[in-house]
Amino acid sequence: MNNQSQAIHIKKEILVRIIKAFLSDDFIENSRLIPYQMRPKGMVVPYRCCVYKERAIIKDRVIAGLGFPIEEDDETVSLSAYAKQALEREKISEKNLTVLQAACKGCATNKIYVTDLCQGCLARSCYNACKFGAISFVNGKSIIDEAKCKKCKLCVKECPYNAIVKIGVPCEDSCPVGAIKKDETNFASIDYQKCINCGRCISSCPFGAVHERSQIIDVLKAIKAGKKIVAIIAPSIIGQFPGTIYQLKSAMLKAGFSDVYEAALGADITANNEAKEFVERMEEGSPFMTTSCCAGYNQLIKKHLQEITPFVSTTKTPLYYTAQVVKQEIPDALTVFITPCAAKRCEAFENPDVDLVMNYEELGALFIAKKIEILDMEDSGYVKESSKQARNFGYSGGVAEAVKKSLLDETLLKPFVVNGLSKENIAFLRKCVISKSCEGGSNLIEVMCCEGGCIGGNATLNNQKSAKRQIDNFTKDSSEIQKVE
Amino acid sequence: MKKISVKLCVGTTCFVMGGGGLLELEEIILEKYGDRVSFVGQSCLDLCSKSAEYAKAPFVKVDDEIIAEATIEKVLETIDNKLGVK
Repeated sequence: MNNQSQAIHIKKEILVRIIKAFLSDDFIENSRLIPYQMRPKGMVVPYRCCVYKERAIIKDRVIAGLGFPIEEDDETVSLSAYAKQALEREKISEKNLTVLQAACKGCATNKIYVTDLCQGCLARSCYNACKFGAISFVNGKSIIDEAKCKKCKLCVKECPYNAIVKIGVPCEDSCPVGAIKKDETNFASIDYQKCINCGRCISSCPFGAVHERSQIIDVLKAIKAGKKIVAIIAPSIIGQFPGTIYQLKSAMLKAGFSDVYEAALGADITANNEAKEFVERMEEGSPFMTTSCCAGYNQLIKKHLQEITPFVSTTKTPLYYTAQVVKQEIPDALTVFITPCAAKRCEAFENPDVDLVMNYEELGALFIAKKIEILDMEDSGYVKESSKQARNFGYSGGVAEAVKKSLLDETLLKPFVVNGLSKENIAFLRKCVISKSCEGGSNLIEVMCCEGGCIGGNATLNNQKSAKRQIDNFTKDSSEIQKVE
Repeated sequence: MKKISVKLCVGTTCFVMGGGGLLELEEIILEKYGDRVSFVGQSCLDLCSKSAEYAKAPFVKVDDEIIAEATIEKVLETIDNKLGVK
């Protein structure tokens, strides 16, 4: 997602301040002071009614940045107490999203609304279109009875003046599984039974209400304690920071990581394994296979689409294989996955080889807090140079291409890319399962939760066009992926 | 008329705070202004290190004017003002 908005800007500033507080002499007190430093006495505030409201909202965002759920805060607990709890905690929670409900006040409920553009026309197409008797007329103009309205949008479509609109709630509209909804009190909340952690709500909310519960304090604690902390960087990281990934590694070593591996290392293994599995399945007569590396898609399968399981590749994700390699090569290492994806936190929670997750915003905030300039760094090499196809996993079509290029006979594979999850795309996948076929005779369905692939993830630092260009520019010089026998 | 100089900070702080989206400025400026405006990406403009100024990043300099929390629109507007174009 294109992350240029003010909400994202504030979130990043807060992350920098939290990290600076941790690195200072008095983490506890400096955490408490963050809202006051950002909105000092007498400041004319940019966004809300008064400086006190802004400080309260900033405080909530700091709570999420320290790793805690905002919904469970009762407002009496000081940020100092949260900072102390963050220092003492030893485990990461399974729930990794939280909603800043104070931000929801500014957002109207989802409804169909007749605007001032209504001309009070003779035709009354709206009234004729409504099957639920929800439309009546007052002073010649249409009004909608919300109690009867079923939000079918037929009146919206029929009005010749486009006077009737659907007022959207961005988080609800962006959620492919109906897990985030505004309740009667007008606050949005997440139903964790349904939530697949894809992070689309994070990107879509114009108030920046949805947060990831950050593990930045846990990472910083480990670095401070002198633990061996090895970062694994996702393939989509290329183009998310200035400089090359070799300079990035040096910058990360300077920031306190003991070593850095590319998840592309695992992606080479994933692509090869998946190619072998694909050939077997085709020989067995299977109509199609879907990829299995997208964490949001895996959560979707688990919670909403179990029927597709027979068609899903059993190959593990690039992160799985890379973390395995790291734990073998550096047995006492703590692994941290660096990703733009909220759903990867679920995968990490379930995989004992992955200890912590940091997103690109958090890593960027770490560089800012420590005043590390990537462009001033020398190159640091990686233990193994990954292939071009592995490094291209980060954008839509990249995975399918990698599997294809792994085959001796590339013509075997006819790809279909599900570019972003939506209610429509999920219905499409269900149809493939029921009809046991995929349109056009495609036999490898690549499913990406985010439009554009991982470069469209909720915590990216660059727009997709620029990021993809950087990726292609770098990978054109990388080696071709090995083919499987 | 003297050439207007545009300097985009491509340092880490500005990039992280939103500078990635400003990289397109190079093409946009070349197409819109030709050789009336020069463009250079520089690391770093040293505007972020004083106190908490990273909060105002990303920075772009148009001649001597500093644009904080720069967006493509803000930069183009500033250039238009300097050129006297409305």
